Amino acid sequence: MEVVSYMPGCTLKTSGRNFEKSAITLFDILGVTMEELDRWVCCGTTYSLSSDNIMNQLAPVRTLLRAKETGRRELLVLCSMCYNTLRRAQSLVLHDKEKRDKINEFMYREKTTFDGDEIRVVHLLNYLKDSVGFERVAKRVVKKPSDLKIALYYGCMLLRPHEVSVDESSEDPTIMEELFSLCGVTPVYFPFKTECCGSYQTVNQRDMVLSRAERIVGSAAKNGADMIVVSCPLCCHNLDSSQQRVADTVRGFRKIPVMYISQLLALLVGADDAGDYRLHSVDPRPVLKEKGLIG
Amino acid sequence: MNVTLSSSELKKEGIEKTAQLSGANFFSCYQCGKCTAGCPASEFMDIPPHEVIRLLQIGQIEEILEKNSIWICASCITCAVRCPKGVDLAKIMEALRQIVLRKNVNYVHPSSVSKEELRTLPQIALIANFRKLTG
Amino acid sequence: MIKSARLNSVGVFVCHCGINIASTVDIEEVKRQLAGYPGVEFVKDYQYMCSEPGQLLFKEACRSETVGGVVVASCSPRLHETTFRRAAAEAGMNPYRVEIANIREQCSWVHHDEKEKATIKAVDIIKSVIERSKRNESLSSVSIKTVKKVLVVGAGISGMQAALNIANSGIETYLLDREPSIGGRMAQLSETFPTLDCSQCILTPRMVEVGQNKRITLMTYSEVEEVSGYVGNFKVKVRRKAAYVDWDKCTGCGLCSEKCPKKVPSEFDRSLGRRKAIYSQFPQAVPNKTVIDRESCLYFKTGKCRLCVEACPLGAIDFEQEDRIEEIEVGAIVVATGYDLYEKEKIEEYRIGYCEDVIDGLAFERLLSSSGPTQGRVLRPSDGTVPKEVVFIQCVGSRDPDHHLPYCSRICCMYTAKHAMLYKHRVPDGQPYVFYMDIRSGGKNYEEFVQRTIEEERVLYIRGRVARLYRDGKKVVVVGADTISGKKIEIRADMVVLAMAMRPSGGIGELSKKLKIQVDQNGFLSEAHPKLRPVETLTRGVFLAGCAQAPKDITDTVSQAGAAASMVLELLSNEELTHSPTTAWVDEELCAGCGQCVAQCAYGAIELDTRRKKAHVNDILCQGCGACVAACPSAAVNQRNFSISQYYSMIESIV
Ligand SMILES: Cc1cc2nc3c(=O)[nH]c(=O)nc-3n(C[C@H](O)[C@H](O)[C@H](O)COP(=O)(O)OP(=O)(O)OC[C@H]3O[C@@H](n4cnc5c(N)ncnc54)[C@H](O)[C@@H]3O)c2cc1C
Ligand code: SF4
Ligand code: SF4
Ligand code: SF4
Repeated sequence: MEVVSYMPGCTLKTSGRNFEKSAITLFDILGVTMEELDRWVCCGTTYSLSSDNIMNQLAPVRTLLRAKETGRRELLVLCSMCYNTLRRAQSLVLHDKEKRDKINEFMYREKTTFDGDEIRVVHLLNYLKDSVGFERVAKRVVKKPSDLKIALYYGCMLLRPHEVSVDESSEDPTIMEELFSLCGVTPVYFPFKTECCGSYQTVNQRDMVLSRAERIVGSAAKNGADMIVVSCPLCCHNLDSSQQRVADTVRGFRKIPVMYISQLLALLVGADDAGDYRLHSVDPRPVLKEKGLIG
Repeated sequence: MNVTLSSSELKKEGIEKTAQLSGANFFSCYQCGKCTAGCPASEFMDIPPHEVIRLLQIGQIEEILEKNSIWICASCITCAVRCPKGVDLAKIMEALRQIVLRKNVNYVHPSSVSKEELRTLPQIALIANFRKLTG
Repeated sequence: MIKSARLNSVGVFVCHCGINIASTVDIEEVKRQLAGYPGVEFVKDYQYMCSEPGQLLFKEACRSETVGGVVVASCSPRLHETTFRRAAAEAGMNPYRVEIANIREQCSWVHHDEKEKATIKAVDIIKSVIERSKRNESLSSVSIKTVKKVLVVGAGISGMQAALNIANSGIETYLLDREPSIGGRMAQLSETFPTLDCSQCILTPRMVEVGQNKRITLMTYSEVEEVSGYVGNFKVKVRRKAAYVDWDKCTGCGLCSEKCPKKVPSEFDRSLGRRKAIYSQFPQAVPNKTVIDRESCLYFKTGKCRLCVEACPLGAIDFEQEDRIEEIEVGAIVVATGYDLYEKEKIEEYRIGYCEDVIDGLAFERLLSSSGPTQGRVLRPSDGTVPKEVVFIQCVGSRDPDHHLPYCSRICCMYTAKHAMLYKHRVPDGQPYVFYMDIRSGGKNYEEFVQRTIEEERVLYIRGRVARLYRDGKKVVVVGADTISGKKIEIRADMVVLAMAMRPSGGIGELSKKLKIQVDQNGFLSEAHPKLRPVETLTRGVFLAGCAQAPKDITDTVSQAGAAASMVLELLSNEELTHSPTTAWVDEELCAGCGQCVAQCAYGAIELDTRRKKAHVNDILCQGCGACVAACPSAAVNQRNFSISQYYSMIESIV
């Protein structure tokens, strides 16, 4: 049985727990054990963009240290925001010697230092592609949904900046399309797949986030998607929970459920359910039933 | 309002500080507007992203800080990946926010977030928001 | 000749170069320090050594017979070495006994803040050159006979123009192109700015003139395989690609193409139209011959078909044909290989919006062209409808140092204005929009042309770059900004035309290696000097013209081609050419025959006699770069007047 170190991040323990739970189920079926780090801290959610801020790098670096202590070279991450923050912090430590020394000096009570090249931060998609192999995932698919059409939403943090992009192209990525096509699900043309959902502005710029959701979900619906697939609990929240409010004001707006990558994959490879459906604002069960993914 | 330019106006503290905090060279911006065109938030901003840069170029940082643009930015990095001149506008937005926030000023007051919102919003939304918009 | 002069004594002139040198380097101090330096007969200074009085002073010294050599401390030898050497020869001194000490570019210009140190450095530079000069030999230049024939590579408008100018002056010219016909890109254009002349109408008479010129030998459907030799005596192997049609028999009647069942996208029509597997490039092609595209031909693929064989009344089809290598000898070569457009697929943020109705500028030319796939009607490639909202985007791939090409492609502002105007002429009720960053219209009547487009044709110019494109049903949504109003702009377009950046033609890298000429950081051919030698390369005898050197319009292309032709004529007007004698030579006593020098020589001037195990330098090919001298582990290679012992003495004089 393969084992991979894994860092869930805060939200995967609360509102995003469907993401974690379904990923564990998926990996079980694929024959991989996700081993959660003994101790991890919140990644800080956003990578600090100001040059003199080292404090905010400490949390992700400490988590990377914990990963280093497992003796493995890879750290699996599901949440896009954790992925971005950890990946960038790792790259900063690797490339900026001055900051690396300062950070290590600050963490003088740790048993060892973190130099940036000990751990590779790997997102679920890249892990499935490079370590498991999409073919192997596809071979495990047991449910062939009758013409399920999905809109694959990447958002920002899997793609930008380009150095951390999960796909060669950060403008026109296709890694998710590749995976799901192999698994027998049809991706729809979805020109808003890389457009920002409004992110943390959901707290105090509700209007902006609603208007983003209207355009993004609207585009998916217009292009015939039955469902939107995401990799980020914040995107999930913004795109899912906004839909009712949009539908109240925009005539003809068609609501569509939003699910995590692993939720859909888990169902495809034979899981009975995709977690706690109460966590969804737009209930996915009608679509899942219609397409034969749940009983 | 007229702007009177002089070499000292162009080099004043806030401008240098923005350059230093962001590590970006906003003088290489040639005002093509591609950042504004691609910005998901620009339609909600008082002044569009490329104008933020222009105001920095002509030393008018106070005017930027009076507008909502830097607080509307969602740090999506779309502008930075597309800029033909490699200007990291997302970092410039952050630097400008930091200049205000470091004076111990909050843009968002955590106490103003309602109980209902606290219950429904995912943690990452709250943490990210407070990280970006409080001092 | 100088009889009484001691050969190893030198005179020194220190030039002030106005204040260029004198305001940094203390000339009096330099003179003081050099006076009495071993071997120095005299030290003199002057305001401008390159001026006429300065040269008179210099010649006088050369004639004085008291010195064996002269050192001029002045600007870079690239500027005035020839001036002074020529003057020396006139005064009866061997020109190779004159040396330049560069105390301007390498001293005063770079050290103007440190006057004292600059003065010390100037003295050191001059001393070292004195040492070299004392050990110089009297050399005489090598002369070469020239072949009075010329090869022009690339038969676009620039190559055609150069070939005509040269041939009309009485010199045999080969005009080579890799395509079946001459004409280049201009043959694809519709009407040309700023006069809106029909491109074909002005081009085809030229093509016919070229085709009929007795001194021009066309070598189309051919490529340069190998180039050897040197200025005046190039040997070029040309690959004549198999057309699978005997061109001696083919009259271009086109019966074969009519019968050919295989259709493929036409390159000439930028895939908007189709051609057959056996085809002639376009109706006015010169020479008007057909070729079989082996990749698409059914017979080559399956062994069956041969319908063209049946169709040809002259029995010209020949499936057995093979590429032939032909060798020609020429005295000079003009490279005029033109341009390609940057691939639109490379613009990732637009890719999501791509469909048949997002096309590049050359494709739009084909739509506008009366001989194009739509006979000049502007129709959407996807469904043949007339597009009513058309967006033109400038600078696509250009001026984007972070992702694509850093330079301005120079002509797209103009052709975009032309496109928008012609579109408006064809579709009067349509609305054209142009996204631009700047409008670069610095040519005769160009600005007026652009203004007419804006004022009279009501083309809406929007100042801003487009962030992305995406499809929405049958429309393409263009997401841009208008930086003037500060607004984000979205246009639901029926058609989008991308003014793609211009880049050098594919294959220019290999061709430049074969010709031993340089390309710049963007792959365009490098000129010898950007101001004063714009059509020469650093390899003597190889010249350039047209868009192969940099993006330009037809007017500039034709002017440059004329300039290249006149340089060729100047070169070939001499029966013999001279060549600098400061070449490398091999001391056979020391040569171990390892051959390391052979690998180092960029000009192929060294050969290894494998039997004798000795290297040998060909004086005529050697450009005197010194790479072999540095490479030789046995110190067996030396360069005349740059010998290793000279270098040692130069170093000793300053340390
Ligand atoms: C969309 C568009 C519209 C334009 N409109 C105008 C206009 O209205 N007015 C104007 O003045 N200019 C216009 N131009 C510019 C014009 O096309 C050029 O100035 C002109 O064609 C340059 O001629 P050239 O001979 O240098 O190159 P080309 O026309 O490119 O010719 C080069 C030739 O070299 C051949 N070749 C290339 N590589 C090799 C090789 N390795 N071996 C052998 N042969 C080779 C090619 O097959 C070709 O025949 C336009 C350009 C574009 C892209
Ligand atoms: S995209 Fe870059 S160059 Fe263009 S306006 Fe924005 S910051 Fe300036
Ligand atoms: S990072 Fe900010 S300014 Fe840049 S595109 Fe995103 S929201 Fe707009
Ligand atoms: S010529 Fe005009 S359109 Fe072309 S790259 Fe230059 S500025 Fe842009």
